[in-house]
Amino acid sequence: MTAHQPSVKATKIAGGVHTDQRHDSAHKHVTGEAIYIDDMPEPRGTLHGCLGLSTVAHGKMVKIDLAAVRTAPGVVDVLTAKDVPGVNDISPTGRHDEPVLAEGVVQFYGQPIFCVIAQTREQARRACKLAKIEYEELPFVVDIGGLDVEKDKLVTPNLTLTRGDAAEAIRKAPRRLKGQVRNGGQDHFYLEGQISMAVPGEDGDVTIYCSTQHPSEVQHMVGHALGVPSHAVTIEIRRMGGGFGGKETQGNQFAALAAIAAKKLGRAVKIRPDRDDDMTATGKRHDFLIDYEIGFDDEGNILGVEFTYGARCGFSSDLSGPVTDRALFHCDNAYFYPAVKAVSAPFYTNTVSNTAFRGFGGPQGMIGAERIIDEVAFATGKDPLEIRRKNFYGTTDRNVTPYHQTVEDNIIHRIFDELEQSADYDGRRREIRAFNNNSRFIKRGLAITPVKFGISFTATHYNQAGALVHVYTDGSVHLNHGGTEMGQGLNTKVAQVVAEEFQIDIDQVKITATTTGKVPNTSATAASSGADLNGMAAQDGARQIKARLIDFAAEKWNVEKDQVVFLPNRVRIGNQEIPFGELIKLAYFARIQLSAAGFYKTPKIHWDRAKGQGRPFYYYAYGAACAEVSVDVLTGEYMVERVDILHETGRSLNKALDLGQIEGAFIQGMGWLTTEELWWDAKGRLRTFAPSTYKIPLASDRPKIFNVTLADWSENRENTVYKSKAVGEPPFMLGMAVYHALTDAVASVADHKLHPQLDAPATPERVLMAIERLKAAR
Amino acid sequence: MAKKVPLQITLNGEERAEFVESGSTLLTALRDRFDDTSPKGGCNQGTCGACTVIIDGELRLACLTLAEMCDGASVQTTSGMAKGGVLHPLQRAFMEGFAAQCGFCTPGMIMAAKALLDRVPNPSRDEVIEALAGNICRCTGYEPIINAVLEAARANSHNAA
Repeated sequence: MTAHQPSVKATKIAGGVHTDQRHDSAHKHVTGEAIYIDDMPEPRGTLHGCLGLSTVAHGKMVKIDLAAVRTAPGVVDVLTAKDVPGVNDISPTGRHDEPVLAEGVVQFYGQPIFCVIAQTREQARRACKLAKIEYEELPFVVDIGGLDVEKDKLVTPNLTLTRGDAAEAIRKAPRRLKGQVRNGGQDHFYLEGQISMAVPGEDGDVTIYCSTQHPSEVQHMVGHALGVPSHAVTIEIRRMGGGFGGKETQGNQFAALAAIAAKKLGRAVKIRPDRDDDMTATGKRHDFLIDYEIGFDDEGNILGVEFTYGARCGFSSDLSGPVTDRALFHCDNAYFYPAVKAVSAPFYTNTVSNTAFRGFGGPQGMIGAERIIDEVAFATGKDPLEIRRKNFYGTTDRNVTPYHQTVEDNIIHRIFDELEQSADYDGRRREIRAFNNNSRFIKRGLAITPVKFGISFTATHYNQAGALVHVYTDGSVHLNHGGTEMGQGLNTKVAQVVAEEFQIDIDQVKITATTTGKVPNTSATAASSGADLNGMAAQDGARQIKARLIDFAAEKWNVEKDQVVFLPNRVRIGNQEIPFGELIKLAYFARIQLSAAGFYKTPKIHWDRAKGQGRPFYYYAYGAACAEVSVDVLTGEYMVERVDILHETGRSLNKALDLGQIEGAFIQGMGWLTTEELWWDAKGRLRTFAPSTYKIPLASDRPKIFNVTLADWSENRENTVYKSKAVGEPPFMLGMAVYHALTDAVASVADHKLHPQLDAPATPERVLMAIERLKAAR
Repeated sequence: MAKKVPLQITLNGEERAEFVESGSTLLTALRDRFDDTSPKGGCNQGTCGACTVIIDGELRLACLTLAEMCDGASVQTTSGMAKGGVLHPLQRAFMEGFAAQCGFCTPGMIMAAKALLDRVPNPSRDEVIEALAGNICRCTGYEPIINAVLEAARANSHNAA
């Protein structure tokens, strides 16, 4: 890449903001040269770890016999809880409820108890099977059905949001109804599984190459478990093979164990669990059971709502507090509730501890909102589209959320109107009605659903970021920031921002692996915030250096500061132009500092959890999807015929990358609500722990017609990086359109008079059962 | 230690020989012995497609193929597709069409696509979808991948014409 000479005559740089710059690793992805952790050369003598997992859902370990494990071929060591030199805890929110290795008691089927370290991965795996552990089984809870937020164990304090007197509004409403909807969890199935490789260094230091979205947290957790200061632990990650939230906290365990073993044995240790173990022993999206009661009028205006959001959190808190909080923050989706009370119930269960997953509780929150819209539509005999539009937030009034934040940037009306037109909702509604009247066994369904998603970490302190920008004497730039690359193109976007600031071609900017040694105390690359936070931090770093260059040039050439202008690959100083690299060289000889640490913190946000009031979100991202499905009413099987999406990302930094996020998120959201079913047996054992039993959408499951449009008229009202908006999570919830289209198709068997009460995931089995229920009831 | 067996293969046109552990998979042999890390271990149980390679012209999952059964075979992987620094049309189409996000499924996808184009130079959209339906991509939603394969087929037929 060194051959390229930046053009000093260009009118525009290559790869600035608002261009379709391709992923910085694209050429390596397609040649297989992109290095993931398992592709790295292993240091000489690298050992391999495998975790021994519990085989009961809840029990006291009365006897642990690892003799056969220790003497198995190739085994070097077997770690148990007593080998943890520091604190046997990796609870990310400091609740001290998640051991690295279980001690005394196991709390879910698949909980790590010991870790075999052997010469080869195969030997470690085989040795694991030789353990003999006797349990005294204890009562266990797998499902949250029937649990009570007042009486049953919670993993973390719950949240209540109230605005107005919901109970009174419901009581006084002309019409009322109550119900319940369940939605399933979801396995991340990042293509690259969890992996950590720990390499011991001098003075007891350790470097861990860890597939993680949150290097700083891994650093802190490993330090905590090792009983060493954070400065003794370095975490590095160049790229992940997918994350989706599953590598926000779930890498901690593997990193901690690899580090403990590496330090104990003085050799590099790599742990890469089998896919079965990965799916069994790491957390997933929370499944929810949502109870609702609504008061409304004959026109379909919602007057009051009460929700209880019960979540299966698993045995520890992990991120269940903020996940269940975010569910409540999205119990409104895009709708104004005149009076509302929403309560979360983060239930303890004897299952793997559920964790972050794209949307982080938001999707589950919106399921409640969209369900009550459908209920009101069926009760009043109106098209759900009409009820949706009727209850949307206003722009100047009816614009206060259940958490008392005023929605200031509402564009859902325009999004919805444009999509309704471009997807020809009305025309197709008529066609589908006619089709269904003439088709006995295949029924079609149509739905259009909105998304309004709040952007910012609700833990306010997470909304900060750092970046490190170096300009070398040849004018090339080395950029590092706190975000992590998991495929979303974050590094590309941040490099675009820096290229734009300096006005240099993007190939003059190199982004390197994320490491805790370069940018400290970073936040997780999560909450869709990667480009918003790190882009701004990198911009700040670049601007600091630019300011120094401007001061230098103004003084040297004796011009006013505003006479120093950065043009593509060159700088105009007074009446002359010199190449960027030349100015840098001169600045270096004049001893100008050419390196800067950039920093950013999101303004305006605040949140008082005890009161349930504040402004947790800097802004909202909007979108809508229209889906059409056909259902075989004899089998419950279905096809997605057509999907139209209109989504906005403000003034997009990179439309091509954003479209990729939107399409991918939609398909993943559709998978969550249709075919991806996690299933636990009576013993609390997850039985869907591989793609053979857990059905992830394939190319053949895509909508037959798939029209995705970016609302290019949109611009962030807030002062975000080049007026762009976050994109990672919001489009995930566009998948709801498919779920509601299935509801619509099922409802046609009872002439849309009865609500089908279809739970998610709407597998063919559930669709068939809903059809049969309606047939019996009509 | 399992006994070692000799394995001679033609890997991307080059004759190679290594001793591999008897009973190990072709995926392990390629990655650990032949230093070709382009096939990825996604699930190691034949369900995700990340390890897809072409053996004697046939599409195969390296994680389910015993290494020693490939003795004498010709094995193609994504790392061998670019010739003299020039990308294969499929690689170019994937790169230019934003068909990789995290990139972990990409080498397997490209192999699945190559096996299709070797057999059917001008496939229909449905044939492409069918050919890719054994490979999971969790990032893209498949749209750009399907389009890239169709684009590569167009580029191929254009070059041939």
